Amino acid sequence: MAEAKPAAPRVVPKTAPVRGRRSFNQWIRNEFRLFRKNKELVILSLPGILFKFVISYLPMVGLILAFKNFRYDQGLFGSAWVGFRNFEFLFKAQDAFRIIRNTLLYNFTYIITGTLVALLFALLLNELTGKLMKIYQTTMFLPFFLSMVLVGYIGNAFLDFENGYLNEVLGYFGLEPHNWYLETKPWLFILPLVALWKGVGFSTLVYYAGITGISSDYYEAAKLDGANRVQMMLRITIPLLKPLIIILFILGLGNIFRGDFGLHYFIPNNVGPNFPTTDIIDTYVYRALTKLGDINSGAAVGFLQSVVGLVTVVTANYIVRRVDRDSALF
Amino acid sequence: MSSKNVQALINAFFIVVCFLIAVPFLLVIAISVSSEESLYEYGYQFIPKEWSLEAYRIVFQKPDPLIKGYGVTILITVVGTVVSLFMTALMAYPISRRDFRYNRPVTFYVFFTMLFNGGLIPFYILMTQYLHLKNSLAALIIPAVMNPFNIMIMKGFLDKISMEIIESAKIDGAREFRIFFRIILPLSTPVLATLGLFIAFGYWNEWFNALLFIDNDKYIPLQLLLVRILSQAEFLANSPMAEVSDKLRFAQFPTLTVRMAMAIVASGPMLLVFPFFQKYFVKGLTVGSLKG
Repeated sequence: MAEAKPAAPRVVPKTAPVRGRRSFNQWIRNEFRLFRKNKELVILSLPGILFKFVISYLPMVGLILAFKNFRYDQGLFGSAWVGFRNFEFLFKAQDAFRIIRNTLLYNFTYIITGTLVALLFALLLNELTGKLMKIYQTTMFLPFFLSMVLVGYIGNAFLDFENGYLNEVLGYFGLEPHNWYLETKPWLFILPLVALWKGVGFSTLVYYAGITGISSDYYEAAKLDGANRVQMMLRITIPLLKPLIIILFILGLGNIFRGDFGLHYFIPNNVGPNFPTTDIIDTYVYRALTKLGDINSGAAVGFLQSVVGLVTVVTANYIVRRVDRDSALF
Repeated sequence: MSSKNVQALINAFFIVVCFLIAVPFLLVIAISVSSEESLYEYGYQFIPKEWSLEAYRIVFQKPDPLIKGYGVTILITVVGTVVSLFMTALMAYPISRRDFRYNRPVTFYVFFTMLFNGGLIPFYILMTQYLHLKNSLAALIIPAVMNPFNIMIMKGFLDKISMEIIESAKIDGAREFRIFFRIILPLSTPVLATLGLFIAFGYWNEWFNALLFIDNDKYIPLQLLLVRILSQAEFLANSPMAEVSDKLRFAQFPTLTVRMAMAIVASGPMLLVFPFFQKYFVKGLTVGSLKG
């Protein structure tokens, strides 16, 4: 490199290296002094930094697995590089198209239904006063605290072929029973319904907290002008909630590549015949890891999920910044 | 319409909604207190055709796996919550200090993990091949110890502690460790209580890491116990040997009612405790929404 630019030293003034070294030394000394001043806070943050390094940053190194033929006996670094071969199945097998499509469409559905229903509930709750409202809130919040495993049990009570309640209802109306777990179409409705059931209490609360944060001055002024409750809802509450709605919506879109593993694993009960409409990236990667013995394609999809996920989140955040600077995550 | 009628209408609407939300629990409870024979005859019913507490008798007669499950779950919940709260506070405090010189890089370092991660497979290989944590209690506790979201809530709270308190403690000669343990932690009890509840619920309901890392019988938390019961029953029901295995099913695995009774016994305590804590969750939500 030095031979490439023989003329360079001549241009620089003679005193420069000396001054450079001195300012470099000064800089080092200054940094060292500042470090000593901050030493105790650094030590306090060190356990967390090390912990995060091991648990969150070391696995990022493992992303190279997407370009390797992993074998447990050869380890992460010993396994052979294979270039983009792990990604080839993305263009061949229909699995890849299927899981990406399912992940995106389901997440999009969850975002839309969740937002609309929660918003409606929050607006209606806001019209109520007194004790009943608290009871509604608690009841709607309850499913949020159940583990997905238990939700799987509840689902089973409804969907079981022989004893399930849904088939009984069908039988009551003289209709044929369904073997829900072996079919594909019903899941397009069942999964969003379960997601809504589990999450609506939480999202309602978020929007309701947003509504209660609106200053009562607006409403009093509107009352003086003779506005009725519907007008107040449409002209004050919804416009003032708009930033919150937009932000939650965009952040949801940012996470659109990250599926709800529990929902898609326990509710359809991990039964092969319903995979066409229930399998998502997360369940696929899990099975690649535990069952199929095909870690490589799982690593390739996982790589895509991480990288594309980062791009979508950063893009979403950029858009949020444009809409409302204070609401951006970073 | 008068405002009273509107209120009544909305109330009616929410009563229907709440009923629909609560109904699925009721079905599970109803199944658990039905007699096994009536289920095979009539299917699942909201009002049992024949009442029976047989299922609960069976569950409590051979309570070993359940007691073990409770033991593991309580242990990881208690230890996990304490460790996690401590680590969260320890991380949140320095980055809440505006005069901390490395504030910005450390903050970025912590929150970047919310945006980007190595994904499941590298994490699994790290935990099993390099840290050798397969089939250990640590595998159930460690992954959730430092949640960036909790750190964000904690930081938001600490941001509001006045710098003057810290400055005056410094003038009195207190060092950062002392300030953290003697001033910051006691002042943070409200947010620690809220976060503690969140974290405890998380550990109580934890199944993902158990599914990944536990495959012996020693450290099965409640949720994994439920997963196994359900998948074993389903496996037998859906296998081509279903006819043959029918006898086996009755001999070895919990029947329909016992399965549901198990689910109730395993999650019941949480459901009973839940309404009392709900208001703290709401408080936590509002703390979290005030972004730091």
